[in-house]
Amino acid sequence: MKQSVTVNKTQELKLAGAAKAALSKFKVKSPKFDLKTFLRKVIVPLASILLFIGLWHIGAKALFNIEADYKIQKALTDQGQAAANAMAACIASGDISCQPNTLPSPAQVWESFNTLIADHKVISADKLAFKEKTAALNEKRISEGKDPITYTGRPSFVDQIFTSLKTVFAGFLLAFFIAVPIGIIIGLSDTLRNAFNWLIQVFKPVSPVVWLLLVFMIVKTMTKDSNSDSAFIISFISVGLCAMWATLVNTAMGVSSVDKDYINVAKVLKLGPLQKVFKVILPSSLPLIFTGLRITLSVAWMVLIAIELLAQSPGLGSFVWEEFQNGANDSNSKIIVAMFIIGIIGFLLDRIMLTIQNMVSFNKNATA
Amino acid sequence: MAYLELKNVNKTYGEGKSATEVLTDINLTIEEGEFVAIVGFTGSGKTTLVNLINGLLKPTSGEVLFKGEPVVDTSHERGVIFQNYSLLPWLSVGQNVAMAVKVAFPNEKKAFIKERVAQYVEMVNLSPAINKRPKELSGGMRQRVAVARALAMNPEMIIMDEPLGALDALTRGNLQDEILKIWSKDKRTALLITNDVDEGIYMADRIIPLRPGPRATLGPEFKIDIERPRDKTELNDNPVYKKTRNAIIEYLMGIGEERKAISKKLYELPDLAPKSFVA
Repeated sequence: MKQSVTVNKTQELKLAGAAKAALSKFKVKSPKFDLKTFLRKVIVPLASILLFIGLWHIGAKALFNIEADYKIQKALTDQGQAAANAMAACIASGDISCQPNTLPSPAQVWESFNTLIADHKVISADKLAFKEKTAALNEKRISEGKDPITYTGRPSFVDQIFTSLKTVFAGFLLAFFIAVPIGIIIGLSDTLRNAFNWLIQVFKPVSPVVWLLLVFMIVKTMTKDSNSDSAFIISFISVGLCAMWATLVNTAMGVSSVDKDYINVAKVLKLGPLQKVFKVILPSSLPLIFTGLRITLSVAWMVLIAIELLAQSPGLGSFVWEEFQNGANDSNSKIIVAMFIIGIIGFLLDRIMLTIQNMVSFNKNATA
Repeated sequence: MAYLELKNVNKTYGEGKSATEVLTDINLTIEEGEFVAIVGFTGSGKTTLVNLINGLLKPTSGEVLFKGEPVVDTSHERGVIFQNYSLLPWLSVGQNVAMAVKVAFPNEKKAFIKERVAQYVEMVNLSPAINKRPKELSGGMRQRVAVARALAMNPEMIIMDEPLGALDALTRGNLQDEILKIWSKDKRTALLITNDVDEGIYMADRIIPLRPGPRATLGPEFKIDIERPRDKTELNDNPVYKKTRNAIIEYLMGIGEERKAISKKLYELPDLAPKSFVA
């Protein structure tokens, strides 16, 4: 799991370059066509993407050959020459039953992506048909005071993405509503900061897995009598608790380190305590609060996958885990598709936060 | 009764061994309607003195009296123009001024506040820039916003902490004239802290040098008996101006010499030789 996260990061960087290149393509609209800028901003990132895919292809092929040779060798030692020849022919023919199981090539991943999209179309059509079929019945059930019948079929890959986004958004909101107010309060008071500092320092480095277990212990007991979706509750609370520390620390730091000049202005103007907080301290610490929120969101997205995987709650994390357990012929390439999707979504979430930050903050120089 | 009075004021930062005495034995009286300038070297404790008067700091011992009452906190009666402008960067020029107007006139209607903001921004010739942020302005324009903000609160006394220190000569001259104009129109009391003797002579009724810190204290005062309005170019040929200027500079130079003399103190080194030293 850990490895997939680190690989995911480099992937994200590559894709960041690609997206920037795509954007700058539209920006190059000056009357004078600048070859140097075009080369640097479009050709170079494109070349790096091609190089990446090329290396991946070569690497995948090498791994495939090692695995194939091993299979043929094994057939030779176990069953003799005839079996080895049959195995070699079977691998060369591309028959699914004897394909070596290793790193998928870019082409295979692309194919799996298309399969997943097609699968999504099938499932949504199915869902729609189900809805139409049960519409009349459900109306009747509701009027009788019964629960309507819902679709309980397998979720598609796209559904999993939206489930994950929902979880991460709920977790992020939880982190926001806990960390920002507490950060402001402990930022304003030296005494409270000293009182809570040990707590923050101790809990900040705790692993997502441990948070999940802690939340599990509490939520399991609290939701004993209700039939609510406890997997979702557990995963979003764990995500929020893991991710809130960056915002908490940054908010407290931003609030406690407001420029002394601004505080003097507030004093000379004789602003009341509330006015001082809302008109001077908060605006001046907004850039740091937003930096914290951006870190929180990216941490939330990163731990989400691990938490879904452990909490058995639906989403991209459980998709990856199920595919790994499944061990079907295209499972590996589906996992790689999920990896790219996770990376791209993480990157987009960060861009959205950056845009919001630039909109609300006076410090217009914030960059990635 | 004096308008503003400082009686034996001392200010010490820190405690115990690490304590540094910044100001010692400061005595100062300012009458209503007066324009007083305090001239001193950089680092002599000028800003500390200003903060004691406007109420941001409390004296370690001694008393600061404003209209006979001890100064315990900041007050709208004393407007401050800070050395580094201290504008709030997330607010526009108009909003920065409006913030001050709103707290100074809490019971007034929106229209009044808007009008007053426009009036004071106009006064410092910044109407075209009223919606700009401080970042988009030059140093001189920022300082003018700070002036407008302080004056829009209608303070009885204006305290200026090296307000023009960072500006070029031309802007400086213009702003000096503007401040003088405002001061003479409503006959407010003004205290100017500066490191420029010429500026002090041009603007003030009295100049008091601040001897350099640590343990800074005020020197003897110099009265400027030159009629107002003063003209900068004529001032150069005015014998009173020349005399006063020379006297102040001589005094300040004297302090400088004294300071050097202190640093010439001889330190006796211990008579030691390296252990394995063979002569």
